[in-house]
Amino acid sequence: MWFLALIRQANAETFMPTQATEIATSIDNLYGFLVAASFISCAILIGGMVYFAIKYKRQSANDKTAYITHDTRLEILWSVVPLIIFLVVFAWGWVIYHDMRQMPKNALEIHVTGKQWAWMVEYKNGVKSPIIVVPVNRDVKIILTADDVIHSLYIPSFRVKQDAIPGTYTALWFNSKKLGEFHVFCTEFCGTQHSGMMTKLRVVTQEEFDKWLVEESEVSLLPMAQRGAKIFQTRACASCHNVNNDVVKVGPSLYKAFGQASHELDSGEVVQFDENYLRESILNSNAKLAKGFGPRSAMPAFQGQLSETELTALIEYIKSLK
Amino acid sequence: MGQAAHGTSYINSEKGLMSWLTSLDHKRIGILYFVTVLFFFLVGGIAALLLRAELFAANVTAEGVATAGQIFKNGDTYNQALTYHGAIMVFMVIVPGIPSIFGNFFLPLQIGAKDVAFPKLNLASWYLFMIGAAMAVATLFMSRLDTGWTFYTPYSIRTGAAVSLMVGAVFIMGMASVLTGLNFIVTIHKLRAPGMTFHRMPLFTWAIYSTSIIQVLATPVLAITLMLLIAERAFGVGIFDPKLGGDPVLFQHFFWFYSHPAVYIMILPAMGIISELLTTFSKKTIFGYTAIAYSSLGIAAVSFFVWGHHLYVSGQSELAGVIFSFLTMLVGVPTAIKMFNWLATLYKGSIEFRSPMLYALGFLFLFVIGGVTGIMLAVLPIDVHFHDTYFVVAHFHYVMVGGTLMALMGGIYYWFPKMFGKMYSESLARWSWIFIFVGFNVTFFPQFILGAMGMPRRYFDYLPAYENLNRISTVGSWMITVGFVIALVSIIKALKSGEKAPANPWGSKTLEWMTESPPITHNFSHEPVVTEGPYEYK
Repeated sequence: MWFLALIRQANAETFMPTQATEIATSIDNLYGFLVAASFISCAILIGGMVYFAIKYKRQSANDKTAYITHDTRLEILWSVVPLIIFLVVFAWGWVIYHDMRQMPKNALEIHVTGKQWAWMVEYKNGVKSPIIVVPVNRDVKIILTADDVIHSLYIPSFRVKQDAIPGTYTALWFNSKKLGEFHVFCTEFCGTQHSGMMTKLRVVTQEEFDKWLVEESEVSLLPMAQRGAKIFQTRACASCHNVNNDVVKVGPSLYKAFGQASHELDSGEVVQFDENYLRESILNSNAKLAKGFGPRSAMPAFQGQLSETELTALIEYIKSLK
Repeated sequence: MGQAAHGTSYINSEKGLMSWLTSLDHKRIGILYFVTVLFFFLVGGIAALLLRAELFAANVTAEGVATAGQIFKNGDTYNQALTYHGAIMVFMVIVPGIPSIFGNFFLPLQIGAKDVAFPKLNLASWYLFMIGAAMAVATLFMSRLDTGWTFYTPYSIRTGAAVSLMVGAVFIMGMASVLTGLNFIVTIHKLRAPGMTFHRMPLFTWAIYSTSIIQVLATPVLAITLMLLIAERAFGVGIFDPKLGGDPVLFQHFFWFYSHPAVYIMILPAMGIISELLTTFSKKTIFGYTAIAYSSLGIAAVSFFVWGHHLYVSGQSELAGVIFSFLTMLVGVPTAIKMFNWLATLYKGSIEFRSPMLYALGFLFLFVIGGVTGIMLAVLPIDVHFHDTYFVVAHFHYVMVGGTLMALMGGIYYWFPKMFGKMYSESLARWSWIFIFVGFNVTFFPQFILGAMGMPRRYFDYLPAYENLNRISTVGSWMITVGFVIALVSIIKALKSGEKAPANPWGSKTLEWMTESPPITHNFSHEPVVTEGPYEYK
């Protein structure tokens, strides 16, 4: 009993992310055991070292020391005991790993492709999404590949990670017990925007998931400007940019902005408010700042975040604000 | 050349820069490496400081969108700094460091030889190394080198032209280390003084012996891999490039087949130094001489069969993962044996807290942490979570910096009086230890927690949740810098105005202390005859 309590205690203090799956819980238990065992080993070795260093501090240059060359029994002891511990954690790890590598049957399959520098998520009904949306309490299998170089899909809260390799398929599975949003990272170095290659994994109820799938499949049929309006909402552009009148929220208002022949910049320069200006400002907001919004923009850069069709739809929406 | 009269130290035997650049004296070649490695350590260290400065603050919004950086304009420059830091520190500092500086200088002295077996080959190795180093420096002026030190395909096939030159540089430096390793193996087999049996060799010599075996056997595999990568880039042969039907993961297997044993190339010589320091400053014979000597060989042997633990999430089969995890556990055993033997050496000793001993005790402290976290990473499902996160970064810095670099510093202070015939300021040396030891823990311990929290490595930027710990880590890097500056000052000061060192200032028992400080060109005025083991403190 005290042992389980110790593991639980260790878990609470290991700073692991939220445990959203059963696998995550069993991994954390094993990790908790390892942390406890490590603390004990460190206490013995470092504690012993400090104790000896103080106890046997040199008193005089003529100190006599013990002449001990070896002790077979001790040496066997400290070879065998670590070996047993190592084999225990090896076997314990194997059991969990085996579960992680057995793909469940009847799982919801989702294709994810890594591409410099975004994840493309594709569902069987043809919906494409920049984020992963899955139903709660359901086995989900992610089939991975990559377009260009090796990437690696990592969901810390599920304790899963798998490389996405061009030219081959790899897979991972999970079954989330928790609703909510979780971070997804790329963990295989893939170039310039490697650290920006993150996305979200949203766990929703089965009903919300079904509804989301249907809605998303209809989005591609919408006119461009309406699709742009949706992106404007989901990317939270609306929290800083006004679209109904000239009032400035945080960033400049976009109402009737498009088409201005002489748009003044903070640098004093004057440019034309056209498609290319918009494109540049969305991808890299610091490139040309509107008058009064310098010297640095608070807006995130969307380079690598939006697909080409999303970007075009967004620009069409801004053009329609009249 | 080398016609110095008996009684003249190797430093004064000849004068002028050319006498150094053409010297066949293993001690002078050791010093050449010392200067070279020190220079590259400085360059790699500056890169590390820039990386940590960039990571001082998050530039990412809560939505996960990157904005401009702290000191680097964008991810590209950061990625290059990261690559230079890794490649320089691994290939030009940690791998060649201890064997080429102390191995060259002290291996012949420790076994009572006049020089290494092939002095000309030894100098040729240094020139090869310098050619490689010059090529590596030349990549700075070419289009971006941003692959990380691992050169993973297919990214390394597609990125800037500098990759081919850098890979060529590593190839040539690898060649230098094969020649050095070969030289040491032959020296140990053929040039031991009368009475110097294998079981009377100092443990540092044993460690260099094991290291040399790995270098000679493993480096050619790296060389082949790098040649294939160059061929892939130049001629598109399609071994690694999936677009041409190649397998990019094959590169990882080849790469780690060398680079995992290379981890032991980095740590075994350090372990050798630690054995020397602990006996000397405890004034006590080493506990379990045979176990320590043969566990080095054991590590060397098993280290060839654990490379797959770098590939748990690469899509290799479950069975392969299980086998590699099992074998990795086995490497833990000889490492644990060494730890316990060192601890037992302290028992009933007479421990003197000289700065080399402080570095040795610091090594034990940090290496225990590096070791237990290594076991964690060997456990399959734990590694799935930690792979390519800051946990791994923290782990290998504890092993390579906490281990190898602490031992290197301890070795410098231990052998400095012998190498240069001067004593250094003990208080400056201790201050350097305090800053490096404390700063190291401040820098790298938070990275274990960052990794557990899920922060990926090689990130130019990170989520705001990781900011506090990153900040602590960056402050730690400044403390380490202060420590190394103090160490540099202590060395320069000692060289300029240190007191004359006696032949054996620490009361050590190994042969290098039986000749003058600094040694004469031919090392010993009479060939030593060995009648007992290396640590007979009775």
